[in-house]
Amino acid sequence: MELLMAIVVGLLYGGGLFLMQRRNLVKFIIGLAMLSHGANLLIFTAGGLTRGAPPLIGEGETLPPALHADPLPQALILTAIVISFAVLAFALVLFLRAYQTTGTDDLDDLRSTDT
Amino acid sequence: MIGILTLLLVGGFLTPLFYRRWGDRTASRLALLPALSFLLLVGMGGSMSGQGGIHLISLTWIPELNFTLSFALDGLSLLFALLITGIGAFVVWYSGAYFDGDPTGCRFVMVLMLFMASMLGVVFADHVIVLFIFWELTSFTSFLLIGHNHREEAARKAALQALLVTGAGGLFLLAGLLILARAGGSYELSSLITNTSLPAHPLFNEAIALILVGAFTKSAQVPFHFWLPNAMQAPSPASAYLHSSTMVKAGVYLLARLHPLGVESWLWSDVVAPIGALTLFTGAVMAYGQVYLKRLLAYTTVSALGGMTMLIGFGSPAAAKAAVVFLLAHALYKASLFLVAGIIDHETGEKHIDRLGGLRTLMPWTALGAGLAAVSMMGLPPTLGFLGKELLYAADRGLVYLSISVLAGMFFVYVAYRTGVRPFVGLHRVTQKPGHEAPPAMWAGPMTLGGLSILLAVFASVTGKWIVAPAAQAVLGEPTAIKLVLWHGWNRELMLSLLTLGLGVAAILLVRPVSRLFSPVSRAAVIGPDAWYRAGLKGIQQGSVGLTRILQSGYLRAYIDSIVLFILLTAGWHFLGKVPFPGFAELHAVDINDLILVSLLFVAIAGALLSRSRMAAIASLGVIGYGIALIFVLYGAPDLAMTQMVIETLTVILLVLAFYHLPKFALRSSRPARIRDFALATAVALFTGAMTYAASFGEIAPPISWFYSENSWLNAYGKNVVNVILVDFRAMDTLGEITVLTVAALGAMALLKLRIGGQKGGGS
Repeated sequence: MELLMAIVVGLLYGGGLFLMQRRNLVKFIIGLAMLSHGANLLIFTAGGLTRGAPPLIGEGETLPPALHADPLPQALILTAIVISFAVLAFALVLFLRAYQTTGTDDLDDLRSTDT
Repeated sequence: MIGILTLLLVGGFLTPLFYRRWGDRTASRLALLPALSFLLLVGMGGSMSGQGGIHLISLTWIPELNFTLSFALDGLSLLFALLITGIGAFVVWYSGAYFDGDPTGCRFVMVLMLFMASMLGVVFADHVIVLFIFWELTSFTSFLLIGHNHREEAARKAALQALLVTGAGGLFLLAGLLILARAGGSYELSSLITNTSLPAHPLFNEAIALILVGAFTKSAQVPFHFWLPNAMQAPSPASAYLHSSTMVKAGVYLLARLHPLGVESWLWSDVVAPIGALTLFTGAVMAYGQVYLKRLLAYTTVSALGGMTMLIGFGSPAAAKAAVVFLLAHALYKASLFLVAGIIDHETGEKHIDRLGGLRTLMPWTALGAGLAAVSMMGLPPTLGFLGKELLYAADRGLVYLSISVLAGMFFVYVAYRTGVRPFVGLHRVTQKPGHEAPPAMWAGPMTLGGLSILLAVFASVTGKWIVAPAAQAVLGEPTAIKLVLWHGWNRELMLSLLTLGLGVAAILLVRPVSRLFSPVSRAAVIGPDAWYRAGLKGIQQGSVGLTRILQSGYLRAYIDSIVLFILLTAGWHFLGKVPFPGFAELHAVDINDLILVSLLFVAIAGALLSRSRMAAIASLGVIGYGIALIFVLYGAPDLAMTQMVIETLTVILLVLAFYHLPKFALRSSRPARIRDFALATAVALFTGAMTYAASFGEIAPPISWFYSENSWLNAYGKNVVNVILVDFRAMDTLGEITVLTVAALGAMALLKLRIGGQKGGGS
């Protein structure tokens, strides 16, 4: 499974980067989102995959089961998901605004500060 | 000492307040501060009883770094301090009259006072860092004073040049001082110069060389001499004070201060003395043929500084004595002559020497002061200038040095005549302004300083005992019997003196042939270093423009490309070489659920990449997000899955709403661009994929997750370990995350509400 995950991560990174290099604002946004997904999945896989054992403490127990998924990468990813959403939303509004102001969605036309 | 420093610093900073109260009379009152300091210093010098005693004061500043504000006062620093405060008092007083009715006078006097404090700090400092701080402060205040007339381009350029040259030298000095302090195990100069094991240190010569660069830039030694004549853009009081009698001598001071240590290095005799001699010669030759009063004086200042450097480089007791006398004499007569040049400029509006004449009847007091200083500069008995020259000849080291000294002496006679005598004698010439005697505030300085040149020489034995001997002993670092006598009888030095005078008179009479004789030298010196400086400065500017153009292309993808390439080249290279790549062993077997999920992701990624329709692309992105959420479900991360679901839904809704306002996809990139981007993207995909795969095997460092798992319930009373980490163990991080969200939301809101179209004018 790790091999498959690695392929997915590679594709998300490569695809995200490719889209971010397009001159289109919309494609840039989608590429950014894909890159975030790739990063999350990279952390998740690198932290070690544990199938079907969430880091939860059972009723009446004081410790989680001996074999459980690593909680630390999960906490990191949880934060990353929320932050990347904030970045995405902000970038989206910024681009929307830039488009309304400049009348173009071509990134090559947005090279200088003068409109 | 600290009292004096504080007095001048506070006085400097409060100058604007005083000006508001007293107007143009402020300067004459502020001059009392340095005058008072002068008297205090005389008292301190008296209490040291002329026996080379040292006053030491230390204040703890940063004890953790072993950093103390330590100051020392010995014969050498006392001599400098007396010159700084004594001449300073006259210069401040003079500035009041010079800037009479000029609103910028307040700024000038303020910086002048601050400079005075900085310069005193340099000569008082015992801690090398304290020395460096004050040293740079003098460069900085000098920059402000040269650029005082900041509306003139020449003044701005000269100020920048002085700052760059002396500031760069300051950095060399810092490096050298730090090496010395490290090697010697102490930051106190007083213990460093008596450290006998220091010269054996492997970096000793390097440290001395670095310090020499600092001293040479400050004291305008060849090849750094060019900034000083350009600095004549400063108002005359600043030129008189900083660029002749005090600041430029900081380099000489430093050499003298480090003398006991420096003579142990081969650099001292093989570099310091020749560079000094070269400067002595170059400055003197270049002075010849100058027609502007201040530039003429500036070149002889360069020359005189070279003479002092050369004498210190000789390293003998006789040379040390000569250096001290020469320094004192030069400070007195050169400050006078500069002040006189300022008076002439101020009262007649003329800077050109040949347009001046017969001012003697108009300004008799100024003429007298100028005459006294000129006599000393020519080296006629009975003046300090005469004494200095005699001692210079007495300390000689071979024919080359001697003949350079005689030649320079000849030019000194010429310059003294041109600046101190020529404007005042002969026929009266009509000048831009009618010209009349300056107020006493202005001629008092030249008079007193010029008079002192003679008085101190007449009472040579007193001067010798109280001023020269303590200073020379401090330079040498050991008590030596030093006596000063005006008249040595008919000896070789007197003959040389007479020869110098004769040559000088010839130079005055035969201007044309002599200047033709020396013109190649001065031309080479003019176009040399100054041109290098300008070329260097231009090169740096053009280089930065070019670099900026390359780095800041304005294309977003160029920035992304450079980041990605950098990561690939550094991290990728490291990864390829160092990390052992695991085989294709499977830690977790693939079951049918995994396979379906991953296939779904492949299809969705392909859809997002290739789709021509915006909606299809967004839908594909949504599928990717939900697919990842399902992976989270399968591999034990229910919290992540829930969050991912919610966020993904929100993202899709937001994108659909926003894309409604955006145009359709258009194919813009050219085919080569797409191929290039595809290649880069493939490389990144391979790299991140390989990294992910390798990272899921083995551990480089033991994990710390067990701590959270074990303490989640026992200490934080939470059953969901991930939640406990977020809201308890790492609660501050979560707070930061919430802040980011808030800022992003506020930013988005502001952008949406902003009405750019409504603004008119404003920025671009």
